[in-house]
Amino acid sequence: MWDSIKKFASEFFVTGDPLIYGADVSIGLTMIAVVAALTYFKKWNWLWTEWLTTVDHKKIGIMYIIASILMLFRGGVDALLMRTQLAVPNMDFLSPEHYNAIFTTHGVIMILFMAMPFMFGLFNLVVPLQIGARDVAFPFLNSLSFWLFFMGAMLFNISFVIGGSPDAGWLSYPPLSEKMFSSGVGQDFYIWGIQISGIGSLMTGINFIVTILKMRAPGMKLMKMPMFSWSVLSSCITIILAFPILTITLALLFIDRYLGAHFFTLDGGGNPMMYINLIWMWGHPEVYIIVLPAFGVFSEIVATFSRKRLFGYKSMVFALMSISAFSFFTWAHHFFTMGSGADVNAFFALTTMAIAIPTGVKVFNWLFTMFRGKISFETPMLWAIAFIPCFVVGGMTGVLLSVAPADFQFHNSYFLIAHFHQVIIGGVVFGFFAGLYYWWPKVFGFTLNEKIGKWAFWFWNAGFYICFMPQYVLGLMGMTRRVNTYGWDTGWWELNFVSTIGAFLMGIGFLFQIWQILHSIKFMQKAPADPWNGRTLEWSIPSPAPMYNFATIPHVEERDAWWEEKQRRAQGEAPKPLPPLEPIHMPKNSGIPIIKSAFWFAAGFGLVFNWLWLAIPGFIGIALSMLAHSFNYDTDYYIPVDEIERTEAAAKGDAR
Amino acid sequence: MAHQQAHEGHHDLESLRLMGFWLFLITDCILFGTLFATYVVLHGNTNGGPTAQELFAMPGVIAETFILLTSSFTSGLAVLSMNQGNRKGLIGWLAVTALLGAYFITLEVTEFVHMVHEGATIGTSAFLSAFYTLVGTHGLHVSIGLCWMIALMIQLSKRGITSVTRRKVNVISLYWHFLDVVWIFVFTIVYLMGVM
Amino acid sequence: MAQHTAHDNHDSHESHGSLKSYVIGFVLSLVLTIIPLVVVLNDMVEGTAAMVVLLVTAVLQFVVQLIFFMHLREEQKPRWNLMALILGIFILLTIVIGSIWIMTYNTVAH
Repeated sequence: MWDSIKKFASEFFVTGDPLIYGADVSIGLTMIAVVAALTYFKKWNWLWTEWLTTVDHKKIGIMYIIASILMLFRGGVDALLMRTQLAVPNMDFLSPEHYNAIFTTHGVIMILFMAMPFMFGLFNLVVPLQIGARDVAFPFLNSLSFWLFFMGAMLFNISFVIGGSPDAGWLSYPPLSEKMFSSGVGQDFYIWGIQISGIGSLMTGINFIVTILKMRAPGMKLMKMPMFSWSVLSSCITIILAFPILTITLALLFIDRYLGAHFFTLDGGGNPMMYINLIWMWGHPEVYIIVLPAFGVFSEIVATFSRKRLFGYKSMVFALMSISAFSFFTWAHHFFTMGSGADVNAFFALTTMAIAIPTGVKVFNWLFTMFRGKISFETPMLWAIAFIPCFVVGGMTGVLLSVAPADFQFHNSYFLIAHFHQVIIGGVVFGFFAGLYYWWPKVFGFTLNEKIGKWAFWFWNAGFYICFMPQYVLGLMGMTRRVNTYGWDTGWWELNFVSTIGAFLMGIGFLFQIWQILHSIKFMQKAPADPWNGRTLEWSIPSPAPMYNFATIPHVEERDAWWEEKQRRAQGEAPKPLPPLEPIHMPKNSGIPIIKSAFWFAAGFGLVFNWLWLAIPGFIGIALSMLAHSFNYDTDYYIPVDEIERTEAAAKGDAR
Repeated sequence: MAHQQAHEGHHDLESLRLMGFWLFLITDCILFGTLFATYVVLHGNTNGGPTAQELFAMPGVIAETFILLTSSFTSGLAVLSMNQGNRKGLIGWLAVTALLGAYFITLEVTEFVHMVHEGATIGTSAFLSAFYTLVGTHGLHVSIGLCWMIALMIQLSKRGITSVTRRKVNVISLYWHFLDVVWIFVFTIVYLMGVM
Repeated sequence: MAQHTAHDNHDSHESHGSLKSYVIGFVLSLVLTIIPLVVVLNDMVEGTAAMVVLLVTAVLQFVVQLIFFMHLREEQKPRWNLMALILGIFILLTIVIGSIWIMTYNTVAH
């Protein structure tokens, strides 16, 4: 009995690496600490009623952001481990197997469990406020999306200590990811972690399309909508068209592994190239999914901090929407070397070059917005300004990669690594940081310390260039991606060493950001309703926004509605008379989303280990939670007028 | 007081939900499109195993096609009854639709069992992997629709035709028509082109 | 909260259609199913011509269902559902045709 338990445990838990034992201990201690703190301060009930069951988009947004920052930490530690291993030749810091696992989880976590939730967090925090709505179209679904993401991310992350991490690369190409070559459970953790959170992403996409198309404040025609909301719309359209492809691709890989089918195997007539074809049909739009909202963030920030209208509003809308459609026509540039013939390569090289055009249009729009503006350099604006040169260089190297014959040289080299980090860090990460800094006062009701924020900014930026510029050169010198070590005779070590220094500088930048947040919480400075002299509706309501957002739904007549209103007031016009308060219709909290997602976790975990005794009850639980929701007709309530009056009065008192 | 508003709030909400469901159907289209793409690319890779021509028994498939087509029609009749305020007719036509759907599933399962007995399993060849996955995913959708329809019939008998149940009936009938459309393409691309 | 029956009987713009339109749709669908069936099972046309007949009847039947069963024509402006559908079909065709195009050079083992 004891022996069989020991045998089970030795396979169930990951063993043998001191780093992992360290992680085991710290995970265990953190969990004990969290449980103890919640119990000691009697916060369990608060946690459940205020957060875990909430359907309020603002709280869901905050939970997304917290989760994504935790994931940024984990992905960042992975990155630093890799850079440490590569700092000098013949390094013996990580074993080759461990290195494989780490570059795999780094990629998956950064794209799917950091960038995506960070983006969804911003959607949730901003879009309803910006379009003058009281909530998203489907608040229950919104909560379900969050919890599915969360459970999927947790399922993926526990593979680190239980069962073993996936190690076939972030897109896990077959045949390596097939049962024959990756027989462990890591690959199944990969499939189910992404699958479960992917369902959540798909639902978020639908949710925000309906929210934006149907729930704008009266008078806000589409062409009067703030640019961030436009970017969310274009991103969500791309999500609903691209994510089903991912769902199917991973499902087929799972069927291969679990039922012995032959989609992507080497034998039985399968074709691994089909997987690569399918996964990039999702994968390429995916990079636009995450970068489009960042473009929206920059448009808001550049206009606000230049005290000018956004230059070229219509061309910006056109660029966003055309990128979202065009992104579906460039996927084969990820595998020019596959050998699909000259016609295919020529077509996809041309489409790839063409998609750079709308992107270029946007850069000029931002520059012309700043031109002759009264620019001020608060942290959000710093990130926006740093983004432009960074993204331009990243985009240019992308155009180099799109030249199909040249790509045979660049393919899978560090040149590629440097390129996509430059567009994703310089575009997406800088964009989301800028957005978080910009909307922070609105979300949390207090301001962040500017001085520490600037330190963080400079560490990140210097670190970025020091880390990735050498990698372009390394790529041209022949260093390929995913090598875990190299010899002294390659002549690569100086540049690698510099690159590692840059990575650690970015790590210090991250620590500054955490310090900035903690410092600002300690020396709490209440935020005014409109700290940046903003232009759009979210700045017309108190900070933080009351739970119903708008006591009375605003009427919008022009772009930058709040800015125009302020101009009129400055000219001595009386503010528009407000209609009388009415009871506000709100959705009720629900525990079903978290419970249903927990069942998904159980089902996924069961399938990973092929434990049907766990998977089947998991799926039954999912079905029962859906039925429970379907049969529940008591889903909403009204906030009475006197409660609204009290809340509004309190917010006014705070502002004074 | 708040009652009039409640009407409007609800009414808006239901039309939002209908639109959300339409978008879900679009994502489902893409999902099936990916499966079709996989099938079309892999359908020639039979790995020395049975080919489509040797395997498909058309009489059963033709029966499935007409059954599903009829059920799509009867689900439309259910909506028609609902719009006339006829709850009995609504539940009755939904029941007919569900029975036809169940018959469809029975025939499909029988077909699959028969094929497996002939040694044509999902692991035999890439062609069969793609076939079982595409047709099976459609079958899974129909089965989920059946459970959903039963749940809806219970709700209708308890609560009658309200704005909420009305939207739910509209949604499930859209879903059912959609599944019929998918089947038309399964029938054409998998079966008819397979035996051609 | 659930008693809206009186109000709801006359919200008139959602999916309607008459018995007549459902019957027409059903008959057309039947006809469009039988045509390809007869064509293929009797080997009346072959090769590319047969493919064309099959695909055209299938697409026509899809349109019939959209109009007569799913009432796509009755949508109010702006016609988001129609736009979403067109975009979705466009991407779907890209997936299918693009895969065929890219993968023809890569058909490996049979």
